[in-house]
Amino acid sequence: MAQDSLLRLRDLKLYFRTTKGTVQAVDGVRFSLGHNEAVVVIGESGCGKSSLAKAVLRLLPRNVETYEGEVFLNGTDVMQLDEEAFRKQVRWVKMSLVPQAAMNALNPVLRVGDQVAEPMMVHYDVGKEEALAQAQRMFEHVGVPLDFMQRYAFELSGGMRQRVAIAMSLVTAPALIILDEPTSALDVLTQANIMNMLKRIKDEMETSFILITHDIATSSELADKVAVMYAGQIVEVSDAFQFFTEPLHPYSQKLMASVPRLRADVEPEFITGQPPSLLGLKPGCRFAPRCPMRHDRCDQDPPVYEVDGREVRCWLYEGAGTRVAAEEVARA
Amino acid sequence: MDVVASSSSPVAADAARETMLSIKDLRVWFELRRWGFGHAGSVRAVDGVSFDLGYGEAIAVVGESGCGKSTLMKSILGLHLPTEGQIVFEGTNVAELGSRQMQWYRSHVGYVQQDPFGALPPFMMVSRILEEPLVINGVRDKVERQERIVQALEEVKLTPVDDFLNKFPHMLSGGQQQRIVIARAMILQPRLIVADEPVSMLDASIRVEILKLMRALQEAHDLAVIYITHDLSTVRYFSERIFVMYAGQIVEKARVDDLLANPSHPYTLALLAATSDPDPENALTFKDVPPGEPPSLVHPPAGCRFHPRCSHAIAGLCDAEEPPEFEISPHHTAACWLFK
Amino acid sequence: MRSLWNNVRQIGRYPSAIVGLTIILLVVAFGIYTVVTLPYREAIQLWRGGEEIWGESPKMARPVWYNLFSRDKLPTTIVLNSREGEAVKSREPLGDEGDDITLVYTFDYAYDDFPQELTVFFEATYDEKSPYASLMWRTPDGREIRLGQVTLRPTETYRLALDDRLARRLRDVPPQIALFADPEIEEPTPVKGTYELEIRVTTFEPNVDVEAKWVAYGQVHGLAGTDHRRRDLMVALQWGTPIALAFGLLAALGTTVTTMLVAAVGVWFGGWVDGIIQRITEINMVLPLLPILIMVGTFYSRSIWTMLGAVIALSIFGGGIKTFRAIFIQVREAPYIEAARAYGASNGRIIVRYLIPRIIPVMIPSLVSGVPVYVFLEASLTLLGLGDPVLPTWGKVIEDARAQGALHNAQYYWVLQPAALLMLVGLSFAMVGFSLDRVFNPRLRGL
Repeated sequence: MAQDSLLRLRDLKLYFRTTKGTVQAVDGVRFSLGHNEAVVVIGESGCGKSSLAKAVLRLLPRNVETYEGEVFLNGTDVMQLDEEAFRKQVRWVKMSLVPQAAMNALNPVLRVGDQVAEPMMVHYDVGKEEALAQAQRMFEHVGVPLDFMQRYAFELSGGMRQRVAIAMSLVTAPALIILDEPTSALDVLTQANIMNMLKRIKDEMETSFILITHDIATSSELADKVAVMYAGQIVEVSDAFQFFTEPLHPYSQKLMASVPRLRADVEPEFITGQPPSLLGLKPGCRFAPRCPMRHDRCDQDPPVYEVDGREVRCWLYEGAGTRVAAEEVARA
Repeated sequence: MDVVASSSSPVAADAARETMLSIKDLRVWFELRRWGFGHAGSVRAVDGVSFDLGYGEAIAVVGESGCGKSTLMKSILGLHLPTEGQIVFEGTNVAELGSRQMQWYRSHVGYVQQDPFGALPPFMMVSRILEEPLVINGVRDKVERQERIVQALEEVKLTPVDDFLNKFPHMLSGGQQQRIVIARAMILQPRLIVADEPVSMLDASIRVEILKLMRALQEAHDLAVIYITHDLSTVRYFSERIFVMYAGQIVEKARVDDLLANPSHPYTLALLAATSDPDPENALTFKDVPPGEPPSLVHPPAGCRFHPRCSHAIAGLCDAEEPPEFEISPHHTAACWLFK
Repeated sequence: MRSLWNNVRQIGRYPSAIVGLTIILLVVAFGIYTVVTLPYREAIQLWRGGEEIWGESPKMARPVWYNLFSRDKLPTTIVLNSREGEAVKSREPLGDEGDDITLVYTFDYAYDDFPQELTVFFEATYDEKSPYASLMWRTPDGREIRLGQVTLRPTETYRLALDDRLARRLRDVPPQIALFADPEIEEPTPVKGTYELEIRVTTFEPNVDVEAKWVAYGQVHGLAGTDHRRRDLMVALQWGTPIALAFGLLAALGTTVTTMLVAAVGVWFGGWVDGIIQRITEINMVLPLLPILIMVGTFYSRSIWTMLGAVIALSIFGGGIKTFRAIFIQVREAPYIEAARAYGASNGRIIVRYLIPRIIPVMIPSLVSGVPVYVFLEASLTLLGLGDPVLPTWGKVIEDARAQGALHNAQYYWVLQPAALLMLVGLSFAMVGFSLDRVFNPRLRGL
């Protein structure tokens, strides 16, 4: 795990103010990501994973109450940069985002080729010719025929639009791309195509990915590392191979058990209950109400333990692993 | 790719089951208008579908968007009129029904939709939502209606019932909303339930719960279920037979076990190959996906509709003549010239 | 419905809505009070006017409360009627020929400004020979001025301002000033003190009786002042309230509900039904509303009911149809509508119970915000001369004021009072409407 880290998140917090109270969407997230590595953040709806994407890229809405933590990009804490510097140096230059339902977020009045070229012109101050040439290269990478560059968004199918959105995130050759549910609205074959494409881009352009999804089966197509998110916190970080064969956290285990399998004869199980609301979270382990292995310790916030190079936020591993250093968990 | 035959699939299909619904050569075409007046061709959403459905039988219709499964389902529900062909329910051709009898037919078919929140009128309370089908279908006695509503809620395990009667849809979670949709579909005691992607908008952990609920209800009431989905991995646990649809036609029909053990049509093979299980090996391999996109339903390709994307296409045959259904084994057919 | 009410209550969070609602309630209460205390028929009678009703009312007088703000105290109307015993009456018989009747009117005058008009109303009962009256004026500072002679008919009105001989005697200074002004002071200032008017009537028959009413018209009158026909404006301001509210509400309600129904039917049935409705709408939107109303008013009838009907009829197929249609088209595609069809709901039921409830939250803000539009429309029509000829409305007051050149004559109260009421109604409904809009349209909440 101690490689050249491209991205390191330390105690990242993002809370929103709403009429009903404070929503603790991202509550002290930490994980790291190396070069040319893909991390999959798995979580269900309401766990805060979309907010995590926004937190990393500082795309904050107006009702932010708390936004703190450390985001180290190549060793520099970009949280310290002011808004203008962040926009010029980081956003879409070093990191970019394919948001959820990106295919619906394409500008209907611009041709798709121009839209993909736009980030180049904005961030690198190049002329239209050069930007379009770069856009063309991206279209090739994502597998969309070049004559589609002249078309408008509504003329393309869902799968094509998603590829265009990915091309837009790639055009400035960032080191890291965050994708939020990139395939959830797409058909099976299109999904497979997109995952193939992401794998190819990872090989060819050596990009790192953070893939946020609730689809565990699809996530295994790209993952080098898996992070499981529950109620605003990361409860497990594992190497992919170890995760899919032997998940550690009880929630991870239940998640894996709930996936219907085509190729194995195992009837899937469901998890009783519901995830807690991100409003008014109580102390203690947030999964405890639904956990079959709940015990008295669980009334207190479990710390993160390191076990065989993996990290788990669960009291069950108290003896098995070493506690992750306190300074990384608590911030005054 | 090895697919393990399932030993835990629902009640093994009994071939001697009485037929409830018979679809014969159904075609549903939508006219395209140019400038609101002229005729500009037709969208051939369902183009030659035939199958029989027995009482209490659960089948799955699998296919990607645009393959016509939604239109097929809506025709069965009586929401679209067939352009050609017959939908015969218990001996009566649905297409010929007058509006009175249509209502009778519709009360025998329950509809579970994909979007749990959208399927419920946001301005009605749960009790009213469940009451509407009863009122419309002539259940006059208020006490009887109340009883049936309570019963329906108990069956979908939304208890204590009183907690839910006065709630509005937005106060419920996705899973609870979908249970209401199911309760509403069941409240008229239908013989057939049509479920259109009933769990695709729910969270992963809840999907299994709802699908199991539906299966339990199906077994308890001996309901026939048509389960429409694009997620092959759920099919093996919740249906006995499976139909694969492409471009308005059924390309393969089989019992679930047979299909998984012996997939035949190239499109079925592609679908299975593209469906992932959570397996870390996946990251190391590329999937084999047929090139291209599903064809236009206005001008479908000549001959077999899949031939432009098929790596086994036989020139001169597949691009000229539409393949009929060939039997591969009992109750397993595929519409592909490879099996002549 | 409960959820709707819950939503409506949410406007309590907006101070502007509370203010608006309070004003509306006050206005409505005022209207109800008016309808109860001043019945319709009576109001129409009053507004028709005439000497019998407004004889004692000054013309174009300011409201009484004007005196609170003015340095100079303006006079109110002084009325002394011998019939009421407000004059000292004495009779001196002159044998068989008749009598000498003397009427003495005494009053105090403490104002800083002069009356508007001075008039004596005579009533005489006699057989053949008219009695003859002569009037004498006595000021507090001891001057005596002879006013004039009048031959009395059964009813006779002696307006001092119209007496030429008196005018000459007073050297063309208007009598209302001359009779009160202090001769020592250059700038006309009334002398304060007790004045006396003596009327000596000579009769030429026995059994003649004469009664007289002395009126010194003030410059202020009533809570709202008077107009050029001496009518107390309070009648119009009061009765304008329920009329304005009723017109506004009926028009807004009638238009909005009908528009919504038409749009719903059009969207649900689609095809040529929708086509026809849309074409009618498009043509109607191009037609100019005001000129058509003018034609209706000129050639047909100016009654307020006709106008209301015409306004509603022309407004139904307006822009509202397009808005509602856009929303209905969206709603029509909703899965729950499809589900309703699947469990056998009829077209009528779907429109009434599934489509329309969805639109009510959108309809309410536009309905509330629409009320002032129609209130102003009614006032505008009146200003264009198309007002209902009989009804006392705010628009009528403004129209009269304009016709009489009120603003040129610094009679601001005449215009400002009805204008203020119009503005109050408009603002209050608009404030409530905006808040409702914010409640029902969550996306506007941030604003």
